[in-house]
Amino acid sequence: MTTTTEHPDLVGPEAPAGPDGHAPGTGRQDSAHGHHEGPSGIVNWLTSTDHKVIGKSYMITSLVLFFIAGIMALVMRAQLANPTSSLLSFQTYNELFTMHGSLMLYLFAGPFAFGGLANYIVPLQVGAPDMAFPRLNALSYWLYLGGSITMMSGFLVAGGAASYGWVAYAPLSNAINSPGAGADLWLMALGLTGFSAIFTGVNLAATIFYLRAPGMTMFRIPIFSWNMLVTGILILIAFPVLFGAVVMLFSDRHFGTHIFTVQGGGVPVLWQHLFWFFGHPEVYILALPYFGMVTDIIPVFSRKPLFGYKGMVFATMSIAALSTGVWAHHMFTTGVVLLPFFSLLSYLIAVPTGIKFFNWIGTMWGGQLSFQTPMLFSIGFLFAFLMGGVTGILLASPPVDFMTHDTYFVVAHFHQVLIGTSVFAGFAGFYFWYPKMFGRMLSDRLGKLHFWGLFIGFWLTFMPQYLVGLYGMPRRVADYRPDNGWTGLNVISTVGSFVIGASFLFFLVNLYTSWRKPVPAGDNPWDGHGLEWFTSSPPPHHNYTHLPPIRSERPTWDYNHPEHRTLVTHAAKSPAGPPDDADMVGADS
Amino acid sequence: MPTSVIAVKGITTDFRRDPRGHDRPGPGTPSAPGSPIRTPRRRLPRWAALAAIGTPLLLSGCNLYPTYGASRGATKQGQDTFKLYSGMMTTGIIVGGLVGLLILWTLVRYRRRSDEMPRQFHENIPIEVLYTAIPILIVAVLFVYTVLTENNVDATVPVNATLGSTGKPVVDIRVTAFQWGWRFDYTGLNVGIAGETTAGPNNHGPQMVVPAGQTVQITLVSDDVVHGFYVRDFNFSRYALPGVTNLFDLTVLHPGTYNGQCTQICGLYHSEMLFSVKAVTPPAFSVWASNEVRKGNTLQRSGSSASNNPPIATHPTPANASPSPAPAKGSA
Repeated sequence: MTTTTEHPDLVGPEAPAGPDGHAPGTGRQDSAHGHHEGPSGIVNWLTSTDHKVIGKSYMITSLVLFFIAGIMALVMRAQLANPTSSLLSFQTYNELFTMHGSLMLYLFAGPFAFGGLANYIVPLQVGAPDMAFPRLNALSYWLYLGGSITMMSGFLVAGGAASYGWVAYAPLSNAINSPGAGADLWLMALGLTGFSAIFTGVNLAATIFYLRAPGMTMFRIPIFSWNMLVTGILILIAFPVLFGAVVMLFSDRHFGTHIFTVQGGGVPVLWQHLFWFFGHPEVYILALPYFGMVTDIIPVFSRKPLFGYKGMVFATMSIAALSTGVWAHHMFTTGVVLLPFFSLLSYLIAVPTGIKFFNWIGTMWGGQLSFQTPMLFSIGFLFAFLMGGVTGILLASPPVDFMTHDTYFVVAHFHQVLIGTSVFAGFAGFYFWYPKMFGRMLSDRLGKLHFWGLFIGFWLTFMPQYLVGLYGMPRRVADYRPDNGWTGLNVISTVGSFVIGASFLFFLVNLYTSWRKPVPAGDNPWDGHGLEWFTSSPPPHHNYTHLPPIRSERPTWDYNHPEHRTLVTHAAKSPAGPPDDADMVGADS
Repeated sequence: MPTSVIAVKGITTDFRRDPRGHDRPGPGTPSAPGSPIRTPRRRLPRWAALAAIGTPLLLSGCNLYPTYGASRGATKQGQDTFKLYSGMMTTGIIVGGLVGLLILWTLVRYRRRSDEMPRQFHENIPIEVLYTAIPILIVAVLFVYTVLTENNVDATVPVNATLGSTGKPVVDIRVTAFQWGWRFDYTGLNVGIAGETTAGPNNHGPQMVVPAGQTVQITLVSDDVVHGFYVRDFNFSRYALPGVTNLFDLTVLHPGTYNGQCTQICGLYHSEMLFSVKAVTPPAFSVWASNEVRKGNTLQRSGSSASNNPPIATHPTPANASPSPAPAKGSA
């Protein structure tokens, strides 16, 4: 570690304090950091427009929903361990898989990333005092919380929660086939959380475009923030379409329209088009933030800059652009879509995804890799996503999709992709930024136990599902015939899912331990790269009292390792502005 | 996967044995020709290639088209799909295996062994161009094979046309999916088979009988919600979509019974919506058809619910979810 006291570039109210063991960061505010004038406690939480408070609220809410949805998954796996199990009724089973998917996709994977971690980290990474529209940010959270409660309350009404799957295909989702109030609550929840997502998308894009610190050019923002910018724009493309479709379905259900019913001259398959025009960009809305987390974590634990920064940005934008033209690969078996077009575009997504993979490998190549918890989870992500990606390429082929569509092969594929991203990469990000958010460490030992439990359970759960899908087991079935030969594989899968469930006990114990016996983290426990590691942990109210010079995508590293600072060709070609412009930002100026 | 395990072990022990690891310069650092660092680094591709190519071959017993868990296909179309699947799976295992081994090797080779600062390189344009171009080539090849297979699988001959080799008329079956069961109407033969399904171990669903070795044309429709017509051994599925009439051909090659099931969530009894396809020799098929007509299992022109074949059904179809009232001429 370098000492920081004599650094010539630092401009700030005072010379930084000496390193306290492992804290090269120097943005500490000496007056009561983390506090400011205003209410505290519960009133503070209810009225706060601070992106850090809202980000933490988002994270806590989405993790609670993640655990609820995970328990639903375990109950379903228990049901499927036995071919003619009567643990659950058909109706309950249908409600459970619908709500499991809805909670995981609409209420956990997205909000945890763009409402939780991104909300907290992006302003820090670009050197902003808050999000661009703080009150809109607060509205996002309250809409999200309201939407989540609305969706969950389906379990309390007569007829139970929605039971048509998270895709709600018409006409199964119409008033005749799904008459209960649970379906209406589900639709309203989508409306509420959809607007929450749209507002967050606006906020992220505006923050990244307009609130960057001096010197933070577009090609110097960390990839996580880049990916959040692209995610924000994708949200603006996708979610309004979903909202339109939800309004149409609601209108069919209650106002006598026939948009999705054959009898009234409507077109049921229109729902699938609208839904997947939202749904496939949504897959990347769920994936890109997590790619970004891993892309920020791997260089730190390799002690190297990211390999192929511009290639990474290009790949992210290509994925986003392609994702708006592949929706009908979910509809290959409808018989009403142009197969070669959607197949080709789906195949092409493999190219930028492959670029990302090789860039991650290139980043580790020649590095000094240390395998602390965030890095372990990132590596887990690499393997999980590799497997999910390879099977994804198979599914881009219409004939192969014909043979595997709606079987457990597809279930295994998208669980490997989504758990690879939102769970492996998501918890990598959580373990990585937790010290910044709470000023205290999580136990590395418990984190590693969590990782290995999850990693082993993950393969045990989902590899047999590929096979049982190829043996013909359809998805969303509550039971199966004993003579199909699917029982053994289902038992292995169920055992694996309980291993995953058990691994999260280590996570909970870790949180509890860190809450009861805090280990101070210091400002920069990992020798981090991004601007966020320059300020105190947790950061003061408006994040920074002073900033280091920003000459590359890793200003904190450059500051702490002047002899190894990033030599970026595009920075060399276009020298930055005068030092007094680039080197200092007062938090309140 | 024995080969891959051996290969991984080989790499691991290889580098455990190597005492020089910590002071090796990073790639790109100029090193004297013949310097010892080159040996282990060049050994990787051989191990990796061996494992990646060997694993699928071992799995298959050197068959060109290993099954990888899938059916080889009981229909002509399904066999085409199977070959595509198998070839893509082999490609996937080779490419995915190489990438996975590359990651593993990087993790082992570059694990932290000292506090020395690694070289801070951040790009290598030729390599980046290379790993953009190679995936484009791979997916281009996969796409060509996909389109060729897709055209075979999706090809439909005109109804009542004759098949060149056999000269037999195409059998035309209208398959109607409904909550929760199937109806099979043989339009040219005046045979109609229907059956609702029910929970329990005795549920087999209705049976569609087809002549083996002949092309059968299926017209797939739905009476209510979206259903999925899926037969595992045919390597094929297609939605029964309300408002859409789907056509496809099946050429079952050999006599036998093949289980099918609805794959698209269609409500409460989705998991019980079974059926089977029985392929019999053409003469036996003719006998079967005339027997069915004699039993009274004939076409139901009115198209209301399934009831001419005594259903196994016991659970009542909810009144508000009953199949739509005929493809009614008046309502459209």
